[in-house]
Amino acid sequence: MGEFKVHRVRFFDYMPSGIRCMAFNSKADRLALARLNGSVEIFNFSNNYFQEKVIPGSDSRSIEAICWVGCDRLFTAGLNGEVVEYDLERLCPKYTLDAFGGPIWTAACNSAETHFAFGCEDGSVKLFEILPDKIQFERNLDRQKGRILSLSWHKSGTLIAAGSLDVIRVFDVKSGHSVQRILVDRGPAGTRNKDCVVWNVAFLSDYTIVSGDSAGKVQLWDANKGTLIKTHLVSKWDVLSLSVSENEDSIVAGTSEGTVIQFQLLSPTIGDAETQWIRTRTFKHHTHDVRAVTETKTAVVSGGLDTQLVICPLMDKVEVKSSESVLRKVIFPHRSLVSCAKKPSLLLFQFPDQLELWRLGGTDTVGKPGESLPVTRKPEKLLQLKRKGDDHICCSTISECGHWIAYSTVSSIRLYQLQCDNNNISITKVSKLPKVLRSAHQLQFSADSSKLFVASEQATIHVISLSRSECKHVHTFKPKSGSSAPVHLLAASADGQWLTSANRHCEINVYNLKKLTHHCMVPVYNSLPSAMAIHPETSNLLMAHADQQVFEFSIVDKQYTDWSRKLQKEGLHRCRSKWHTPITHITFNPSASSQVMLHDTHMFCIIDQRLPLVDLQAQFYSQLTPKDMSETDRPSKNNAFKMCKKYQIVLGSLTLILTLYFTALFPWPLLHVNLLEDDWLVVVERPLIDIHSQLPAPVRQKKFGT
Amino acid sequence: MAELYEGFTLCGLAAGQSRENSGLLGIEPGRDTDHVIVTGAGRTVTVYKVSDQKPLGSWAAKQGQAVTCPAVRHGQTGEYVAVHDSKVLRIWRDEDINFEKVFKATLSATVSRIHALPSLEPLVLFQRGAVRQLDALLAAPQQAVEEVLSEEEVIRWSSCFLEAEQPLLLFSTEKSGECFLYLQKLNPNVLHKYNIGSEGKGVCPIGFTATLENKCITLMCLYSNGCVYKLLVSLHPSAEGEQHLPKSLLLKLPVSEGVLRRAAIASLEEGHIAIVGAPPSASTGDRDFLCIWNTNFQTLQASKELPGGAYGQLWCNAGKLYVTHGKVLTVIPYRCEKSSLAAALGKLKQTSTQEVTSSPSVLNWNSFPDEEAALQQRTGMRTRSSKLNPKSQATLTTSINQVLEDIKGVSREEVEEVLEPFLSCSPISPQFQLDLAHIAVELLKRCQADPGFYPQSVLARLAQTGRLSHSSCPGFLMLALEKRDYFLAQLCLQHFPDIPEAVVCAFLKAFLSVVDADLVQVSVDLEGVSLMDDPGQSLEGVQNGFSPVLLEEDSCDVQLTPPKLDQSSSWTDVSLTCPVGLKKSALLNEIIRSSYSESFLLPHLKDLSAQQVILFLQYLQYLYVRSSGDVYTQLPGLRAPTITQIMDWVSLLLDAHFAVLVMAPEAKGLLTQLHRFVRSQVRLYSELGKIQGTLQELGKIKKEQEIGLYSIEVIELF
Repeated sequence: MGEFKVHRVRFFDYMPSGIRCMAFNSKADRLALARLNGSVEIFNFSNNYFQEKVIPGSDSRSIEAICWVGCDRLFTAGLNGEVVEYDLERLCPKYTLDAFGGPIWTAACNSAETHFAFGCEDGSVKLFEILPDKIQFERNLDRQKGRILSLSWHKSGTLIAAGSLDVIRVFDVKSGHSVQRILVDRGPAGTRNKDCVVWNVAFLSDYTIVSGDSAGKVQLWDANKGTLIKTHLVSKWDVLSLSVSENEDSIVAGTSEGTVIQFQLLSPTIGDAETQWIRTRTFKHHTHDVRAVTETKTAVVSGGLDTQLVICPLMDKVEVKSSESVLRKVIFPHRSLVSCAKKPSLLLFQFPDQLELWRLGGTDTVGKPGESLPVTRKPEKLLQLKRKGDDHICCSTISECGHWIAYSTVSSIRLYQLQCDNNNISITKVSKLPKVLRSAHQLQFSADSSKLFVASEQATIHVISLSRSECKHVHTFKPKSGSSAPVHLLAASADGQWLTSANRHCEINVYNLKKLTHHCMVPVYNSLPSAMAIHPETSNLLMAHADQQVFEFSIVDKQYTDWSRKLQKEGLHRCRSKWHTPITHITFNPSASSQVMLHDTHMFCIIDQRLPLVDLQAQFYSQLTPKDMSETDRPSKNNAFKMCKKYQIVLGSLTLILTLYFTALFPWPLLHVNLLEDDWLVVVERPLIDIHSQLPAPVRQKKFGT
Repeated sequence: MAELYEGFTLCGLAAGQSRENSGLLGIEPGRDTDHVIVTGAGRTVTVYKVSDQKPLGSWAAKQGQAVTCPAVRHGQTGEYVAVHDSKVLRIWRDEDINFEKVFKATLSATVSRIHALPSLEPLVLFQRGAVRQLDALLAAPQQAVEEVLSEEEVIRWSSCFLEAEQPLLLFSTEKSGECFLYLQKLNPNVLHKYNIGSEGKGVCPIGFTATLENKCITLMCLYSNGCVYKLLVSLHPSAEGEQHLPKSLLLKLPVSEGVLRRAAIASLEEGHIAIVGAPPSASTGDRDFLCIWNTNFQTLQASKELPGGAYGQLWCNAGKLYVTHGKVLTVIPYRCEKSSLAAALGKLKQTSTQEVTSSPSVLNWNSFPDEEAALQQRTGMRTRSSKLNPKSQATLTTSINQVLEDIKGVSREEVEEVLEPFLSCSPISPQFQLDLAHIAVELLKRCQADPGFYPQSVLARLAQTGRLSHSSCPGFLMLALEKRDYFLAQLCLQHFPDIPEAVVCAFLKAFLSVVDADLVQVSVDLEGVSLMDDPGQSLEGVQNGFSPVLLEEDSCDVQLTPPKLDQSSSWTDVSLTCPVGLKKSALLNEIIRSSYSESFLLPHLKDLSAQQVILFLQYLQYLYVRSSGDVYTQLPGLRAPTITQIMDWVSLLLDAHFAVLVMAPEAKGLLTQLHRFVRSQVRLYSELGKIQGTLQELGKIKKEQEIGLYSIEVIELF
């Protein structure tokens, strides 16, 4: 494939937001996660933990509690005192409702899913009835002094435990009276004048209340008698989160120290019928507050201020060694936040509240592989575009020529025209957009920059023709299936004939732009596509799915290509299957049409479609070994897959310099890799250390006598 | 070293005893060392066979009577003598069953104690200080008894000795806080009175023990403030009348707070004392301990906690301590060994040699597999012996005396047979070390007494155990030298931790003067010279791709290049022939490797003759060239001397004999070569000093370059 000059970009200052709370829906096998900036993400656990949906946040929203009702209704409540239900197809709030109790600290739904309880700042617990299309205020339970910080329903739905400052109360739902008042011990001497904040309560079906508080205790109480059963001191700081497994045999607690502690209901001696809650495991995957924990059947899921979602498998529950048995840390979104204008070498970075446009630098000199060239022209930040309104940016794109920029929030779409003459940059907002454009899930310009494709509600795609004078709505494509799932991927062919869209029901539709008709639908595969692209010459559609499968579909023939069938038959190379993060971008090498380049957060690989697929038993030739072979050997040993990985597998005796070269090549998470013209490659990296350095200092912990 | 063995309970204490009173009057030796007479405070006298923990006979006084002094056994007749109700003397035999029917004599005065002596009549000490022999008393039981002590003077303790077939009775009294000591001699009847003096207010003696040695009684006195004083009581005092006895502080026990109340002292052999009721250290709190202290070193040798609290009663009889505590009388066997620094040193040496020998020299690749095999063998042996350990440990203590007895009279071959089982098991214990020393000393005695007796292999085995030291068997090394046993000498040099410099010098002298031909028959461990037998063999090694060239005289800073190769080769060529034979060099290497202190060695080095010095210097120079010729600072082989050791010896020899060497014409060449070498070294260091600044700068260079936010690189994908 030859030599490339690489722009290594580390100035994309992307900072994920901390995780505030989460809720796992075991029926749908999905995790809903709310971040500090008010955004909500839904991860599909049965589909390789893919980040399925992202509901962009808003400045006016802060989320303290998140709750599933049924399989497809999601509610959040926050410190702005509002309860929000989300439209999971339009990916925006469906309605908001003020609870009129001041900031809401906690929310809980009963097991029958008929009522919500909200704990408010003013000390009231408000009951809302859940109706099919809305929720409706029913009544208040007896108001108490002190804010309600945590709530938990008993399984029977007749009792509610509420954690407050220094006290846990048990309410009878029917009468609304407090039937039990449990005083929680404050911390050790010296902190006695500080309130003990009961951050969490959990009501078990055997009338045991589990509480986690700011004194670092996890305590078990008898709800009937109001007596303490057992105290586990797990932290010097706060116990911030608590979760009980579905069958109530395991409790996990997250602390300010970044640890997650598991308790299990076990019998102290073998064969003994009597069981106790025993502290069993401690996980330390976080550096900061663990604000949210939950437990699935096979894993402990935790998240916190250090922004990463950690899915830690419980090895005793995992039956076979599979993708489930791997510790996963999700830090970066499973979609691309970078778009690239190839010709003028521009990069558009998407932040929740702004867009940044950068021009890449350049060099005059040429060098040998492995060399770092002197930067004669520095990269330049051309534009910083702040969004309007409260809503965060959900998608953005830049046209290939670099003259158009578009972004969307849940409430509006904005299109800008960019004039760039040497050093003068002028930007003009396209004021008159067609009325149909209200919001977009995905935006894409055509290759010749004459059209803008807007993936909108109801899985429709609007085609807008662009010209200097005006923008005109040309056509609206609707999927044949009538599916209303949001479109999350768009791909247009270079010749301007084809447009494909992928929606969250795994449907991929192909539209003919010339005839403005629906051309065909790719057979539905049961995993969400994570990236797709149309080959510029053959017009074959290449798709990567969340489960790491790669398909090639011939649009003209309306069938999978031979290569794709062969690939499915032979299987991917086993090294390839070690990838855990989904492929976020596919691109083609303009100078060698058979070469496809894919990348995910940790590596990028090049597939040469002309070369034979290597059989599974064959030794994988990494980047290094062919180099050591003689030129004559090379073609025969060549493999369809080339890979550039974060860390090379060190095979046999490598020379020191080569090893260093490769570990230094792309040691950091990749946010974007793209091929520019003239054998230039752009690599956008985001070192984790830069993210960590922007986090607040963790709680002080005594280490080795300091 | 002293140690307390596991104790056992002889008998329980009678019910009704209080915290202060154990209910036991005393323990006196019985028929032999295994029998004791235990006198209870109530009415009983019981004879126990100690090893069986079994009473053999028991006698009790009638209800209402009380035995008031410990029963003793009459050494001549085998009868038991006891006193009940202070004045009634009873004498009976083993066969007597009914205590009421035995001989009875009522005395006119109150008896304090009866002391039995093995071969003489027992002595009866009356409460008022008079002393009578039993036979004299029995002749006229109602005879008048004089009052020696003044009013309110109370006998606290008494003991009797036998000196020159004459009995002696020593007893201490107390009168209103003042302590006195009386020495009563019989035939002729002489009484000496001493004033011990008091030790300040509230401090009184609470325990006494006395031993007779060299016509002098050593009295040790434990005061309630924890001090143990030693008082020497002469048997033939010069002055008459009351004398003041000087006392010297032997030991200060760590009494944490307050004073000792219930404590007792017993003197054991070899400068050891046993103390009950005083804590071994100040931090042990309220518990009671039995401790053995060494009075020479003021060190605690052994201690044992006494559960249930002690009563301050302690008796010592035939290697066993009898102590009352809780509700039992416990017998604790003990053992005292003469403490020596060497024993402790030997213990330390043990661990260090093990470490040294078990780490194979990695540099010598050729010998590595053999070395490994040897190592395996060695470890294999060790595990086997450790398996034997528990069994052998038990039999060891009993057999050691037997072994010592056996080797006294048997022939050389038989000695080997006798010692074989003993040496084949080698438990790691201080006891074993002491036993070995005993055996070695015993063998030495025989060798010295009988010139024909020389069990070479056994001595070698003993030395190879690595447990012997010079101070534990002083004649060992000189014997090897005397017998010209170079193999043994080498072993000793390898294994003894504490060879005096004088002996080292004597060895050196002997090794230097021995003719190589004499060594042909001798088997010497050649490990130290394994690769030195071929002088032409090159040891050149390349480390980090750098082969150092010796900085020569002419390769100075003026013309660093080119170094004159002929000159530099002459320095190595001249001395590359080893001046001594192979075996001799092995022996000399052991000398060089041995530890010494310069100031002690120097005077002895002067004893060497000029010829010997020159030979040794030549050898050292040869060694130096060999070891400095390559990059390693140590010659291959396990016990080859290091370059530092070689240089130290060169310096020492020059210091000791410089004047002689300067005068001796044959040493001239040697000295010039050494001089040249020193100059080159000095130059090397000065050159290094010059580039020091440059080298420091090298260290400062940052290895990592800062990676910025943007860079352009070229990679090759294919």
